[in-house]
Amino acid sequence: MVKYIGRRLLYILLSLWLIITATFFLMRLAPGNPFTSEKQLPPEIKANLLAHYGLDQPWYAQYGDYLLKVLQWDFGPSFKYKSQTVNDLINTGFPVSLVLGLEAIFLALAVGVILGVIAALKHNRWQDYTAMIIAVAGISVPSFIMATVLQYVLAIKFGIFPVARWGTFMHTVLPAIALASTPTAFIARLTRSSMLEVLSNDYIKTAKAKGLSEFMITIKHTLRNALLPVVSYMGPLSAGVITGSFVIERIFGIPGLGSHFVVSIGNRDYTVIMGVTVFYSIILLFSVLLVDILYGLIDPRIKLGRGKKGA
Amino acid sequence: MKKKYSFLLSTLLVMTLIISACGNAGKNTGTNNPGEASPEATASEVKLADKQEISVNIASEPPTLNPGKASDSTSGTILRQTFEGLTRIGQDGHPENAVASKVEVSPDQTVYTFTIRDGAKWSNGDPVIAGDFEYAWKWVLDPANAADYAYQLYYIKGAEAANLGKGKVEDVGIKAVNDTTLEVTLANPTSFFLELTAFYTYLPVNSKIAAANKDWANDAGDQYTTNGPFHMTEWKHSDNLIIEKSDTYWDKDNVKLTKINFSMINDFNTELSMFDNGELDWAGQPNGQLPVDAMQALKDQGTLHTQPIAGVYNYKFNTKVAPFDNKNIRKAFTYAINRQELIDNITQGEQLPAMALIPPTMFAENEKGFFADNDQEKAKEFLAKGLEEMGLKDVSELPPVTISYNTNEAHQKIAQAIQDMWSKNLGVEVTLDNAEWAVYIEKLHAGDYQVGRMGWLGDFNDPINFLELYRDANGGNNDTGWENADFKKLLNDSASEADAAKRTEMLKQAEAIFIDDMPVMPIYFYTMNWVQNEKLKGVVVSGLGDLTYKWAYIEA
Repeated sequence: MVKYIGRRLLYILLSLWLIITATFFLMRLAPGNPFTSEKQLPPEIKANLLAHYGLDQPWYAQYGDYLLKVLQWDFGPSFKYKSQTVNDLINTGFPVSLVLGLEAIFLALAVGVILGVIAALKHNRWQDYTAMIIAVAGISVPSFIMATVLQYVLAIKFGIFPVARWGTFMHTVLPAIALASTPTAFIARLTRSSMLEVLSNDYIKTAKAKGLSEFMITIKHTLRNALLPVVSYMGPLSAGVITGSFVIERIFGIPGLGSHFVVSIGNRDYTVIMGVTVFYSIILLFSVLLVDILYGLIDPRIKLGRGKKGA
Repeated sequence: MKKKYSFLLSTLLVMTLIISACGNAGKNTGTNNPGEASPEATASEVKLADKQEISVNIASEPPTLNPGKASDSTSGTILRQTFEGLTRIGQDGHPENAVASKVEVSPDQTVYTFTIRDGAKWSNGDPVIAGDFEYAWKWVLDPANAADYAYQLYYIKGAEAANLGKGKVEDVGIKAVNDTTLEVTLANPTSFFLELTAFYTYLPVNSKIAAANKDWANDAGDQYTTNGPFHMTEWKHSDNLIIEKSDTYWDKDNVKLTKINFSMINDFNTELSMFDNGELDWAGQPNGQLPVDAMQALKDQGTLHTQPIAGVYNYKFNTKVAPFDNKNIRKAFTYAINRQELIDNITQGEQLPAMALIPPTMFAENEKGFFADNDQEKAKEFLAKGLEEMGLKDVSELPPVTISYNTNEAHQKIAQAIQDMWSKNLGVEVTLDNAEWAVYIEKLHAGDYQVGRMGWLGDFNDPINFLELYRDANGGNNDTGWENADFKKLLNDSASEADAAKRTEMLKQAEAIFIDDMPVMPIYFYTMNWVQNEKLKGVVVSGLGDLTYKWAYIEA
C-alpha cells in the first residue's frame, strides 16, 4: 500500500511537470501579451514593463525561474490585478469555491443516490420513470439556464433567496442547486444501472433466501457494490466542482476561483493562467488518487499495488 | 464497523465546513429604501432621506487602487470618489478647483502655480502638501515603477525623457516650492491641462505612507489613506468594496451620501435582476451594462436613462492594401451603410449616427456630421470613380473584402448587417473574420486586415484624443497606414497654440481633412444607458461617461 502510494505520488509529480511545461509554452505561443490593449502603449513603456516582469528574458530562463518558484509555492504577481499576487487570488477564491462545491457535491450525492435507488428498486414502474425523467431533465438543461430559472422563480418572483452575491448561507443555496443539477442526474443514472446489475446477482438471491429484509439487502449488499461507479465519477467531479464553475460564479456574482480560469486567458495574465492550472491539476491528480484508495476500502476484491505481480 | 465511522466522520466534516461557511454571514443587503422624510430641509430645499446609502455595481475587481498604477475605468470609478486632484470635473462638466484653492498661469501658458487649499487633509489627518503631488507624479514617471499610464504626464516638461530613461526624474518640471505651492512647467501650452489635473494619474498620494510601504494600496486599512469625499473601509477582493463619507474632507458639508457599496457582478442579466429586486440602485453603464434584450422593455417603461458620451465606434480601413488604398472606394463603402438602421435594430441604445470623427460632446455640430447617412447616390458615384481609377470595369473585379472583428455578439451582428448592406448597395462580396480579443488586436496593430472594427473613448475632454492617433502612419494606434502632411502640420501647430479658439479651429480643419480622406469609417457615437433608483439625485455623469458621487443624495 505504502509502496503503491509512493509510486503514484511520483507519477503525480511527473504529470504536473508535463502540465506546467505544456501550459507554459502553449500560453506563450498565443498571440498577444498581458499589455495588449486597444490603446497601445508607447514602445519604450512596453519594453520597460516587459523588463519589469522579467518577460524580456530568454524563454529557458523564464521557464527555469518559474519551475523554481512553483516548487516554493510562489506563483508570482498577477499582471492584471496589480494589488494581488496569484497566491492571494487562490487563497481568497478557493475557500469560496470549496464551500460551494462541497455543498453541491453533498446535494448531488444525496439526491442522486436516492433517486437511483428508488428507480432501480421500482424498476419499470412509475417511480422509475419519474426519477429518470428528472435525471434526463437534469442532464439536458444547461446549468446557466437552470441558474437563471432559479433566480427568476425563487429570488425575483417569490423573494425567498437573494438574486446573487456571496455572504450568508442563503446566498449559497441557489448556486449550489444549479451547480448540482447535472451531477445529480448523472449520479442517479449511474446508481440505477449499476443497482440493476447488482440486483440480478446470485448473492442477492441468497440474501433474500436467508430472509433478510429488503432494506437490509439494499443497504448492506446492493448499494455498497452499486456505488463503485459513482465513487470513480466522484474524483474528477469533485476536482471540477470545488475549484469553481465559471458560469455559475459569473451568474451569481460569486468571488470564487472559477472565473480566473477563463478571464486570465483573455487577459493573457500569464502568472494567473499558470497558477490556477497548476492548482487545479494538483487537486485533480490527488482526488483521482484518493478515489483509487477508496476503491480498495469499499471493495475488498480490488487489491491496490499488487495488480502487476498477481495477487 | 470502522469504515462506517470513517464515513460518518467525513460526513460530519463536510457538514461542519458548510455550517462554518454559513457563519461568515455578510451583512450587505440592498439599500433601496427611501426611508422616511427627514424633517429638516437642506439649504436648497431638498428633503433628504434618513438613510443615505447606496449600492451600485462595478462589474469586476478594480485591478488596482493605487492612482499611479491605475489604467482602467473600474479603478478610475473608485479613485474618483476616494481621491481628489488639484482640480475636479464639476457639476457643469468643467474643471473646478479642488485641492488647489488658486491656480495661476503664466502669460505663455506653460507655468502653472497651484496653491494647496488650507484644510485639505488625508483620511488619517495628515495635511495634503504640495510634496504629495510631486512625489506621486515623479513616482509614476520613474521607469523603475513601470506605470503604464505614465504617458498621461508627458505634457509636463522633461516628463517624457525621464520616463523613457533619457533624462532624470529630478529634472522634470514639477516642483513643490513649499508645502502649499506647487509649480508645474509644461512642455507646451496645454489648454486642457486643468482637465488633466482632475484625471486619476494626476492624483496625489500620501507621500509619508507611500514612501515607507510600497504595498500601501493593496487593501483597505490604516495604510490606505485618501484625500477625497469618501474613504475606503472595506475591500473584499472580487466580491465587494465599501466606501464611506470622509470626516477629514475639506468640503464634507456638501457630501450627503454616507456609504456606497460597490459589488462586482459580472453578469449583466444578474445585474438587472438585482436592480429589479431592489438590491442595486443603479444598473447599466458606465461600469455595468444593460442586456440588449431588455432595452426595448426599459424604453417602453420609460425608465431608461441615456446620455451621449465621448466615444466613437469605427471601422478602420487598411489603406495599404487594395481595394482600400483607393480614397474613392473607401468613401463609397462609408456612404453605403445605413447607420440609423444599425442603431435601431442592433445596438438599440439611442446611439448617434457618426458622420464625423469627433463626438458631439466635444464638437456639438458633429451631431450632423460632414455627410449624409445612407447616401446611396453618392456611394455609387464614388464607387464608379474608384473603379475607374483602379482600372476596373465592374465591382466583381474588386479584390475580395473581409471584415475583421473580435469575437463578441454585438460586433458580430453589426458586421453581418454591414456585410449585407455592402453586398446589397454596392454589389460586393464580403466575408467575415472574427478572432479572440488579444489575437485580433495584434492583427490590427500589425496591419494584417482589410476592414476592422475599433471603439475609441476619450481619456479627457479634448478633441485631440480622437485625432492624435492618426498623426503618424507608424504611431502605435493608427493601424490604417494613413498619413497626411497637412493633417500632421495642423496637429503639431495646435500643440503650441496658446489661443484656445484658434486651436479649436485648427483641430476642426484637421478633422475635415481626415473625413475627406476617410481612412476610417465612423459608424456611431457612443451613448451611456442605465436605469437607476429615481430617488437618487445629483450623481454627476461627465461627457466622458465618468460618475462622481460627491454631490449625490437620496431624496425623501
